[in-house]
Amino acid sequence: MTDPTPKIRIRGVKKAFGRKVVLDGFDLDVGKGESVVIIGGSGTGKSVALKCILGLLEADEGSITVDGREVVHAGARVHEEVNSKFGMLFQGSALFDSLPVWENVSFGLLAEKRVNRTEAKEIAIAKLAQVGLGADVSELSPAELSGGMQKRVALARAIAMDPEIIFFDEPTTGLDPIMADVINDLIVKITRKVGATALSITHDMASAHKIANRIAMLYEGKIIWAGPTEDIDHSGNAYVDQFIHGKAEGPIKMAVRA
Amino acid sequence: MNFLQPIGSIFLGFLTSVGRLVQFTISALSHTVRPPFYPRIIIRQMIDIGFYSLPVVGLTGIFAGMVLALQSYTGFARFSAEGAIANVVVLSITRELGPVLAGLMVAGRIGASLAAEIGTMRVTEQIDALTTLSTNPMKFLVAPRIVAGLITFPFLVLVADIIGVFGGYIVAVYKLGFNPSNYLQNTWNFLQAEDVNSGLVKAAVFGVIVTLMGCYHGYHSRGGAQGVGMATTNAVVSASIMILCSDYILTEMFFAGI
Repeated sequence: MTDPTPKIRIRGVKKAFGRKVVLDGFDLDVGKGESVVIIGGSGTGKSVALKCILGLLEADEGSITVDGREVVHAGARVHEEVNSKFGMLFQGSALFDSLPVWENVSFGLLAEKRVNRTEAKEIAIAKLAQVGLGADVSELSPAELSGGMQKRVALARAIAMDPEIIFFDEPTTGLDPIMADVINDLIVKITRKVGATALSITHDMASAHKIANRIAMLYEGKIIWAGPTEDIDHSGNAYVDQFIHGKAEGPIKMAVRA
Repeated sequence: MNFLQPIGSIFLGFLTSVGRLVQFTISALSHTVRPPFYPRIIIRQMIDIGFYSLPVVGLTGIFAGMVLALQSYTGFARFSAEGAIANVVVLSITRELGPVLAGLMVAGRIGASLAAEIGTMRVTEQIDALTTLSTNPMKFLVAPRIVAGLITFPFLVLVADIIGVFGGYIVAVYKLGFNPSNYLQNTWNFLQAEDVNSGLVKAAVFGVIVTLMGCYHGYHSRGGAQGVGMATTNAVVSASIMILCSDYILTEMFFAGI
């Protein structure tokens, strides 16, 4: 947690919705080129943390800097500039239904007017090839694709603008184990290829083991453990042990009604 | 004093909603005049809102005109004032029934469709995805729809006016035995430019109201399918009520001195 030149630096972030406190002093550093995975149970604030970094939600307190630029309480222009460094793979893919696959992939390029439509389509087809999809899917609508293919298209869209930082929100949720492993392999391959910094959130431990250099566990709005991936199996932290082994008994109490 | 608490809570909730709507309206309208503009989306929305609403508006107009002629005849015949039917039909249609009925019908069709489309985009994180792809959702989703509503509603009402007057003509000539040329002469002589113009101004205002309400409720929808369903209902109900309220205010402004 003490990288001297963090790409993303998060300190004391708090976020509440009404009386429900979701983040309560959240600290994390993500170094350049590093792949950090935040693990934690459902409803522990993983997605909220990611949305605070992206500026989709405003943190109530604390500091989030990206390459040294503060994004908490920053204006729209700062968010636009900082967000141009980001690529994001959403949990449900979040592809635009009204656009064909290739326009989904090259949406950011067209929005920033970096290229014309012909070039955008060529880039989209090249990015689709990187995630193992042929040019034949480029004209299809997202609704015509399977869940795994939609995830690949979303991954192609996340890397289309060659981002410096890529966020992965539950990248393997809803996929069968083989497709989940394919997506994990693609994430590893692509982040290494573009040299991007990656911040992922998941509760899939197989995925975390595969894509992370470092893992941090979020519980009750705070990071309660962080360390190299290889250390997580002997972290010495009862919360982490319960979570990674998926045990019902332990210090983490789930609100279950009989 | 506890009984005051829910009243205060409801009042605060109401003020919050009004504030949020005013803020949304200012932001949406300001984005309609600030670049970047999306002409392709505006044209597509004009086709959706305008062209595809023509059958609904046409049917509404023709039956409104026919009923008006029939009702006026049964009432006016008691005073031997059947000759005034052409005047009543053209005035009622151009000043009131054309804009209001067309506005209400299109509010049902377009308000619901916009709220459902944008609401679905909200709950499937497509709006968040837009933000991460350097695109302001207010500019990309809301502003083009408002511009399309502003431009197309007056055309729709003009069509409703013409077809409505034609409906009155059909009943007067073929059912009530009026002389066709006299009927048309009476219609033309009594019609003034301000009657049509006031209706078209009302239509433009209704166009903004319908699209704004559809976008607003869709944009703030929460909680999956149920949230989108509620947004759809609220969009149609609020747009319909606002059309009727603003109709009175605009009528007062145009014709108070007459």
